[in-house]
Amino acid sequence: MAIKQILSPLPGTFYRRPAPDQPLYKNDGDSVTAGDVIGLVEVMKSFNEVKAGQVGKIVRFLVENEDAVMAGQPLAEIDA
Amino acid sequence: MAIRTLLIANRGEIAVRIIRAARELGIRTVQVHSKADVDSLAVKLADEAIDIGPAQAAKSYLNIPAVIDAAQRSGADAIHPGYGFLAENAEFADAVAVAGLTFVGPSANAIRLMGDKVAARQAAAAAGVPTVPGSDGRVDDVETARAVVAHTGYPVMIQAAAGGGGRGIRIANNAEEFERLMPQARAEALAAFGDGGLYLEKVIERARHIEVQILGDGENVVHCFERECSLQRRRQKVWEEAPSPVLPADIRAELCRTAVSLAKAVHYRGAGTLEYLYDDQTRAFYFIEMNTRIQVEHPVTEFITGIDLVREMIRVAGGEKLRLRQEDIVARGHAIEVRINAEDPAQNFMPNPGLVSGLRIPGGNGVRFDTLLYPGYVIPPFYDSLLGKLIVWDEDRASAIARLSRALGELEIDGIKTTKPLHQALVADREVQAGRFDTRWLERWLEENATRLA
Repeated sequence: MAIKQILSPLPGTFYRRPAPDQPLYKNDGDSVTAGDVIGLVEVMKSFNEVKAGQVGKIVRFLVENEDAVMAGQPLAEIDA
Repeated sequence: MAIRTLLIANRGEIAVRIIRAARELGIRTVQVHSKADVDSLAVKLADEAIDIGPAQAAKSYLNIPAVIDAAQRSGADAIHPGYGFLAENAEFADAVAVAGLTFVGPSANAIRLMGDKVAARQAAAAAGVPTVPGSDGRVDDVETARAVVAHTGYPVMIQAAAGGGGRGIRIANNAEEFERLMPQARAEALAAFGDGGLYLEKVIERARHIEVQILGDGENVVHCFERECSLQRRRQKVWEEAPSPVLPADIRAELCRTAVSLAKAVHYRGAGTLEYLYDDQTRAFYFIEMNTRIQVEHPVTEFITGIDLVREMIRVAGGEKLRLRQEDIVARGHAIEVRINAEDPAQNFMPNPGLVSGLRIPGGNGVRFDTLLYPGYVIPPFYDSLLGKLIVWDEDRASAIARLSRALGELEIDGIKTTKPLHQALVADREVQAGRFDTRWLERWLEENATRLA
């Protein structure tokens, strides 16, 4: 096992929930599979899912809900 | 009281447009901006710039206390909201008034009335403006629903009165479908919203989107003719023109007359637009809504009438009466606007922010390019994808299309993908050239042609 990073595919605003009144997609410590959605990036009013991309366990999120992110910026650490 | 310092509570090309109009009137400009917009063209052009918060619009451009505070700190006596953001927010208009400032737009009450679909429809009907035939409110039993359908005809749309966002909409094409769908719709509305009330509205097939520009001073109202904006993708306008290529003169006169009568009924002040669906088979038009702000596509109206709409709305907000009488407003020639967005039309219109490494702006007779771009600008990812509007005028529609084609050829935006290839394909399309389209035409066209738009 090694610690890897999940990177933002796009620049924009990062959301950890599908909608403001809904629970977080994932919490620190959750196990994920490659296809699991961990958040959304809003770019120019269009919403794009960010997937874990690998099997593992989320160690911690590196950005907060609604933070501005750059393309390639690490969003979370994953123990894969 | 004449405005001396105007704060612009917006960004992008419309902020630049407002700064230009204000400066020509001798008004000082204050541009508020988010941290992501510190290098924007509007910030560079304004007399003063004030940072009002983080990149996310909810924390900056939509932050009412921050905008009002910036106005008070900078000594502004008026606020122009542009379009989008706070432009049609009645609470904002109220807050501006409470702070003792002038809102460049209609009263908060007019915004509130027109923002409520049912109230706007009732106001329209009271002013004699045709609305889409329907139930004029909720329907609770099948007998009443049958009576409504007897006068609307088919197809008819059935939706939950308590719902929204298109949820549970059913379309009945004949009496048999209606009898089957009506009980389903009632049961679903009851289950989803705890309220079985329904709302019925005739479906206007093959509709064209036609809208009337009006200007008011709270008492008098004039119209500046119509625009047609039928070429849309996902309800976003892509290409707008004035006049409509299909509207007969007698229908145009009637459409504009009803727009003025509704705007007068609500004591409208400023620039506003009444949107209609138009059925060119039956020549019937139906009011759908009023937008209580300046619109993106206002320049096509400016080109055919010679009126500076943004200047007029600022003058009226400053307390002047309308300077224009209806008989002074004459439409001449044909204007077309196309929206240049930071989207890749070959990749399902994927947003494409980033560095604009080079820029060549089209020019020549009858060409206008309203934009937020300059060479070396980095387009931030946080806002709308509109980069600019290419607008052309010529003596008639065919010449305007030829001029648009020429101007699109001159336009170069290096470093990012834009919707320019879409517009180059549209100007060459026979149906577009003939004006044969409705509001669903472009989506059907894209299904066949999108992959060729690289």
